[in-house]
Parts: sequence; structure tokens; C-alpha cells
Amino acid sequence: MTQIMFNFLALLVVISAIGVVVAKNVVHGAMCLLLCLVGVAGLFVALDAYLLAFVLLLVYAGAVVALFLFIVMLLDNRGDQRPGVKHLPLYARLVALVLLLAGTASFLARAHLPSPALGAAPGVGASLKLYAYQLFTTYLLPVQVIGFLLLIAMLGVIVLSRKHEVAEDAP
Amino acid sequence: MMKFLTIEPVRVLLYLVGIIAFTAANAAYLVLAERKGAGRIQRRPGPNEAGWAGILQPVADGIKLLAKQVMVPPGTDSLLFRAAPLMVMAPPLLCLAVIPFGDTIVACNLNIGLLFVFSFGSINVMALMLGGWASRNKFAIISSARVVSQNVAYEIPMLLVVITMLMVTGTMNLGEIVRQQAGGFWHWNLLKVWVNPFMPVTFIIFFICMLAETNRAPFDMAEAESELVAGAFTEYGGMGFGVFFMAEYANIVVGCSLATILFLGGWQSPIGVLSGGWFGAAWFLVKLYALIFTVIWIRWTFPRTQFYSLLNLSWKILIPVSLVTLLLTGVMMKIL
Repeated sequence: MTQIMFNFLALLVVISAIGVVVAKNVVHGAMCLLLCLVGVAGLFVALDAYLLAFVLLLVYAGAVVALFLFIVMLLDNRGDQRPGVKHLPLYARLVALVLLLAGTASFLARAHLPSPALGAAPGVGASLKLYAYQLFTTYLLPVQVIGFLLLIAMLGVIVLSRKHEVAEDAP
Repeated sequence: MMKFLTIEPVRVLLYLVGIIAFTAANAAYLVLAERKGAGRIQRRPGPNEAGWAGILQPVADGIKLLAKQVMVPPGTDSLLFRAAPLMVMAPPLLCLAVIPFGDTIVACNLNIGLLFVFSFGSINVMALMLGGWASRNKFAIISSARVVSQNVAYEIPMLLVVITMLMVTGTMNLGEIVRQQAGGFWHWNLLKVWVNPFMPVTFIIFFICMLAETNRAPFDMAEAESELVAGAFTEYGGMGFGVFFMAEYANIVVGCSLATILFLGGWQSPIGVLSGGWFGAAWFLVKLYALIFTVIWIRWTFPRTQFYSLLNLSWKILIPVSLVTLLLTGVMMKIL
């Protein structure tokens, strides 16, 4: 049963991930991304990582993809038929190939899951408190840095949109 | 026989059927309740021809909608146009799986049920937006843009309020949250003012956000009938339209269930008698329908707000107030 679920979800994730890249319509691409994220969330659920699965859905599927779609709609409500993979220039294809090979190589070089170390894995109930505790103790500095980064981005957006508004109001 | 019903796959299947039936029955009869309520408020009888006092009106409506052809107008994005009704109905059905109707009446007792409801609730927006976008209709696209900005604006105070509740309850398990409110109505989170005096404020913010998230009047900018025809589902006919309509009521049921569980003691009896088992489920439904009645009552009492005042309400009042509530709750928990 678990194997069937895994195969199904893995197939879903891979096919929809390919769909994100090859979809000619941007909105279809975003929908493939959504499907891919749902599949990844399903894989997390199969691993008993419920919290991660639902946070992924809440943040990425709920907010990020919605923002993507919103921006696509604002820019062009026809979904902007973008050129297919065949029309890419040569250097772009080469860069993509090198990146793909580098990614695969680094994955193969480092991919050994420390499965025996999971003996101390907490129960599902404890995981929420455990995550929170880790975030505010071990990973406090990265969390703070990301918080400041987001604050800066937010301030930047406010400043940029303000300027725009003044320019519009000027006669 | 009872033993057969408690085998895991059979139990899950029964709950699945039960939830779908519950949602469909609610969607059908809440439409009638809404029309009846509207009638009473506007001093007219409402639908009263089909059956006794119009009790068969939803059946007649259903047959009419099912008999109609689902048209896919030329020029639409046919794939997304067909997918949107499915996407709009699935999240509320999934959310009901973790809602505890009684002490043991819950399809899936998930430890992070609260997060589950919000993670699927957030997908719902996208379905409305896609439906509007795929229609290639100006009214529908305006409505889609409104849906997104409204939902993004009201998701923030709602989540802040839920974080406040989370600090008070200390758990995301919906069943556990209800169990903490046992023993009379003065133990409900809404009235636990001696633990946290901001509880009523929190409830009001939650309720307003719930109205806005489900696109109900006075926040029904997404399907403002007098300006946008029918909003995101203008181009849908037959059961496509019917599913969008049912999903709105299913979302109201989910939102009101969550308000009942978080603030009104879920299946707990208000005075301590007739508690437990099926009585618990009955109390839950009484509270749920009282809240739903309030939603209908508000819709037919208040006019629709303007879009800018809607966003102002969220960004300038609800978010600051909910942030202050969150901060003061934290301070109080540290001191007490």
C-alpha cells in the first residue's frame, strides 16, 4: 500500500514538475507547480511529517502560487504564450545542461540518508513543539536574519510603490 | 455488525460518505434557509410552493441544475474552466475530515488539525481565481482580482487570531481544544475572560475574517450581483454554477464549525446536562446552525461595503488590533 502510494505520488511530482518547465501557457505552468507541491506534501504525509506537509501547502500552494497567478493575471490576462524549449538560444541550453549535471553529481556524491539516526525520531504529537523549540534555539540566528531580509524587502516595496504614486500624481 | 463498522477502511469509507452527504444536504438546505431568512427579513414568505412551506425547493433546484447542459463557452481555457469547480469543492470536503462533531465522532483525529484546515482553506481562493481567469470574462477577471486581494488581506488577521488561540490552548488538535472547554458555558474560550480578557475581541475578529474569507455579505465583493453579474462564476451554467454555489455554503459550514470548536466549546453541553455521545453531536450542530443563522442574518441586514473600506478595515483596524491582542496575550501568559 505504501509502495503504491509512493509510486503514484512520485510519478505525479515528476510529471507535474516537467509540466512546469514545458507548459506553453504560464497559468498552466503555475497549476502544474501547484500539483507538484501537492504531490510533495503527499510524500511528506507518507513519511509521517504532517507538519511539514501542511506548512508546505499553506505557504507555497496557498500563498506563493496564488501570488504567481495574481501577477500573471495582472500582467496579461491571456496567459502569455511563451516560446517553447526549442526556441531557446544555445548558451541557455548549455547552462541548463551544466546545472542539471552539477546538481545530479552533487546529489549522487552526498546522498546517503542517515536512516539509523532516526531511531530518536519524535512522535507526531511532539513534532510541532520540537520544530518550534529548534527554530527558537538552534536556528535562532537564521530565523532572525530571514526576518530582517523580509522586512527589508517589504520596506523596499513600500518605497518603490510610493515613488510610483507621486510620479502618477504629478501633472 | 458494530465490530465490522469499526474496521479502519470501512470506518474511513463510512465517514467519507457521511461527510459528502452532510455537505451536500447542508449546501442544498442552507440555500433554502437563506432564501427563507431573506424573505422573513424583507417581509415576504420566501419560497413556499414546492412541498410543505417550500421544503422541496432544493430538490427542484437540484433537478433543474442537473438537467442543464454544462456549457464551455468558446474562447475559454477549457481545461482550467472544467477543473475550477472541482478545485473549489474539494478543500471544504477535506477540511470536514478533521472537524470533530462529537467526542469520538471524527473521521481523522489529526494532531495538527487546525493547521490542516487552514492549509486547505487557502487553496480555495485559487479555485475561484482560476474559474474567473479561465472564463475570459471581464466581470469574472475583476472578481478574481478582488477575491485574491480580499483573501490575502483577511488571512493575516485570521492567522494572527488563531496564533493567539494557539497560545491559550497550547495544542492544534481540535478535539483537545474542545476537551479543554468542558464543564458549562463559562468554560468556553469565548467567555474565559478571567484567563484572557481579549477572548471576545478575538472571537469578533475571527468571525469577521471568516465572513470575508467565505466571500459573504457585507464582504461579498467577489460576486457582487449588482455590479459583476455573478463574479467569478459568471460564465458557468448548470451544475458548474451549482458546485460553486454549494462550495460557498460548504465553506460557511467549515468556518462556523471552526468558530464553534475554537470559541463555543464544540460538542460540550452549555449547562452540563445531556453531554457526551450523540447528545454532543446535537449540541455541536445547534451551535453551528446558530452561527450560520447569524451569517445569513448579517447578509440580509447590512449592505455591501466598498472595496476600499473593506481593505482598510483589514489593514488599518483588524491587523493592528489582532497584533496587540497577540502581544498582550503573550505578556499576560508570561506574568500570570
